[in-house]
Amino acid sequence: MNPDASTIAAGAPIEVDLSPVAEGQDIKVFWRGKPIYISHRTKKQIDEARAVPVASLPDPQADEARVKSGHDQWLVVIGICTHLGCIPIAHEGNYDGFFCPCHGSQYDSSGRIRQGPAPANLAVPPYTFVSDTKIQIG
Amino acid sequence: MSGPSDYQPSNPALQWIERRLPIIGLVHSSFVVYPTPRNLNYWWTFGAILSFMLGMQILTGVILAMHYTPHADLAFKSVELLVRDVNYGWLLRNMHACGASMFFFAVYIHMLRGLYYGSYKEPREVLWILGVIIYLLMMATGFMGYVLPWGQMSFWGATVITNLFSAIPYVGESIVTLLWGGYSVGNPTLNRFFSLHYLLPFLIAGVVVLHVWALHVAGQNNPDGVEPKTEKDTVPFTPHATIKDGFGVACFLLLYAWFIFYMPNYLGDADNYIPANPGVTPPHIVPEWYYLPFYAILRSIPNKLAGVIGMFSAIIVLVFLPWLDSAKTRSSKYRPLAKQFFWIFVVVCILLGYLGAQPPEGIYVIAGRVLTVCYFAYFLIVLPLLARIETPRPVPNSISEAILAKSGKAVASIAVALVAAGALFVGSLGDARAESDQKPPSNKWSFAGPFGKYDRGALQRGLKVYKEVCSNCHSLNYIAFRNLADPGGPGYSVAQAAAFAADYKVKDGPNEQGDMFERPGRTADYFPSPFANEQAAAAANGGKAPPDLSLITKARSYERGFPQFIFDFFTQFQEQGPNYVDALLQGFEENPPAGVTVPEGTYYNKYYPGHAIKMPKPLSDGQVTYDDGSPATVAQYAHDVTTFLMWTAEPHMEARKRLGLQVFVFLIIFAFLMYFTKKKVWADSH
Repeated sequence: MNPDASTIAAGAPIEVDLSPVAEGQDIKVFWRGKPIYISHRTKKQIDEARAVPVASLPDPQADEARVKSGHDQWLVVIGICTHLGCIPIAHEGNYDGFFCPCHGSQYDSSGRIRQGPAPANLAVPPYTFVSDTKIQIG
Repeated sequence: MSGPSDYQPSNPALQWIERRLPIIGLVHSSFVVYPTPRNLNYWWTFGAILSFMLGMQILTGVILAMHYTPHADLAFKSVELLVRDVNYGWLLRNMHACGASMFFFAVYIHMLRGLYYGSYKEPREVLWILGVIIYLLMMATGFMGYVLPWGQMSFWGATVITNLFSAIPYVGESIVTLLWGGYSVGNPTLNRFFSLHYLLPFLIAGVVVLHVWALHVAGQNNPDGVEPKTEKDTVPFTPHATIKDGFGVACFLLLYAWFIFYMPNYLGDADNYIPANPGVTPPHIVPEWYYLPFYAILRSIPNKLAGVIGMFSAIIVLVFLPWLDSAKTRSSKYRPLAKQFFWIFVVVCILLGYLGAQPPEGIYVIAGRVLTVCYFAYFLIVLPLLARIETPRPVPNSISEAILAKSGKAVASIAVALVAAGALFVGSLGDARAESDQKPPSNKWSFAGPFGKYDRGALQRGLKVYKEVCSNCHSLNYIAFRNLADPGGPGYSVAQAAAFAADYKVKDGPNEQGDMFERPGRTADYFPSPFANEQAAAAANGGKAPPDLSLITKARSYERGFPQFIFDFFTQFQEQGPNYVDALLQGFEENPPAGVTVPEGTYYNKYYPGHAIKMPKPLSDGQVTYDDGSPATVAQYAHDVTTFLMWTAEPHMEARKRLGLQVFVFLIIFAFLMYFTKKKVWADSH
């Protein structure tokens, strides 16, 4: 009952062009049936994410570990709440990040859980920068 | 099932069979001469009611499966088309969907009856545990069945529930992948759920056979909780129990029919009339009502794994009930304290159910935690403690003695329960959040109520408004031109419908050259969509595709709030959708109230959630010319087009209500006949 060959084939890596995404904007792409948020973060959002003492977080992880160095403005996360799988809404909540409408989990501008029932940060999918304006997810 | 039978049929052919397979003797000993306690009350008819419901669900389900397509792209449409086009498809679907609710309603009464009268105690432990297994199988079946229509609630309910398993350490993620058959809930998930939804009812039927077998070995418990000792304590199953169960089923059918024919969507969620969309989460995911108490327990525990464990333990704890409650006296009738705690437990379960449907914030979370503790305390603290400290009242020596001494009703405990419920009700009124959003006003609709019919004039005018205004942006995918001539519709003739269709250009093909071509519409064609696909529709409308209108009056709703929703059940109020659509069309205001700004490209609407709607004000006075002299005002347009859209959502409503009346007349007469037959049969036994 594991995924069949066609499902696995359809889950191959995808390339996303980042050049149309302006600062402060984000886009949602689908990969393996999951929504992936790609946020072009503002300076303010990055500073906020880095100002928080890591040890104080429910799922401690530094912002630097969640983005690719040299591309600090780009946050790429799987937009699936780690609580029960709803899709959080970008640019909502108290932390300049994501807010899940189902059970009220709030994530910050690094996609880390800050408040609510979710146990973990939004997952970062495997991705690499093919060029400065293009990433490959998968 | 109660040992070898000495039954001998008189017919030689049956004798021949009986010598080789004693099946007639089995039926005879189990359901004819089987001794049943004389003092059983009507709470004991729910076993028969449940058997009936299981048969009903399997029968309607098998026929529905003949018309259903288990594919993510087609499932929603196939359900809509089977409701619209299959003969009595609407009836089958309502029977099956409401039947699931009725099945759970009956099983909860059946379980609470077992709890109250101590039916799980020695020697009926296995009987009780088999019942818990049936209940678990029912929950799995019900959940998977709810996924099959592939609406928004189906999809997101499936996502939330399958994600519960990801809380299991180490193997959780693999289990979830196995359930999904992919990387997320999708077509493979739907396929396997359909397969399992078809399989599990037969497993249930198998366990029901074991359940009845165990019942007939141990014998039925009874309200006094003393075992039958002499012949005088029992009556033969047939005709006594058979006819009594028949009367019980007839009464239950009255309730069932009320839902099927008059309130088919009362227990459903409006969001499930929106096709599944993996990119949009509904703001408020709610499971079916029968899972709500457990959902409330899940949400009230802040840790994910603990929440999942808590939810499953709430059911598994029932398995251990025979050993948790070690009191010797079975029936709560003779246990003054247990009786009161039982009713408190019932109130706790109902309140947990109410909380399960509320948003998880503020006072609701705290109340949920308190009630979760109460739920488990009943099983883990109260029952074991009562068994040690409670002094039961003396139990009668025999069932006959109990019948002779029949008096002393449970009035006091019911009064206590009512006072407790009342106090909590008053308390909950205080908690109710202040509603900032204005609710649509309740309009008068010709189609409301048990005898409601569509106003033909309004349907025809509404069709005109749709054609001239709405159809520029909104599709009407599930309506074919032939439907315009259907009975219970706008009342056009077949020729008029054909002429109406011929005005449209419909894309057909490919022809022999392999090209697509346009031809005039025929009655079998569906209303063409204004845009080629959803992306084109979104691109032309500021990024958000205008929704299809076929089901819009059933896909929109608003909270009626407690206790209004209880009154609605009796007054058959279910016009939230039409009220909302009508109000929305008239709710545009050029100047938003002071302090409110709406983003560019959106318009202020009083009744739209969030008030910023992408649709510009669609209707203005005098825009559409009416031929019948009706006023050409926005209010009239809104009313007419809403009536029309109610018809597109419920094209068989008139047939449904008409058949409902006939069924009710029949059932009431049938129930009376059953009652008097029962009285006659039992005349000598009381």
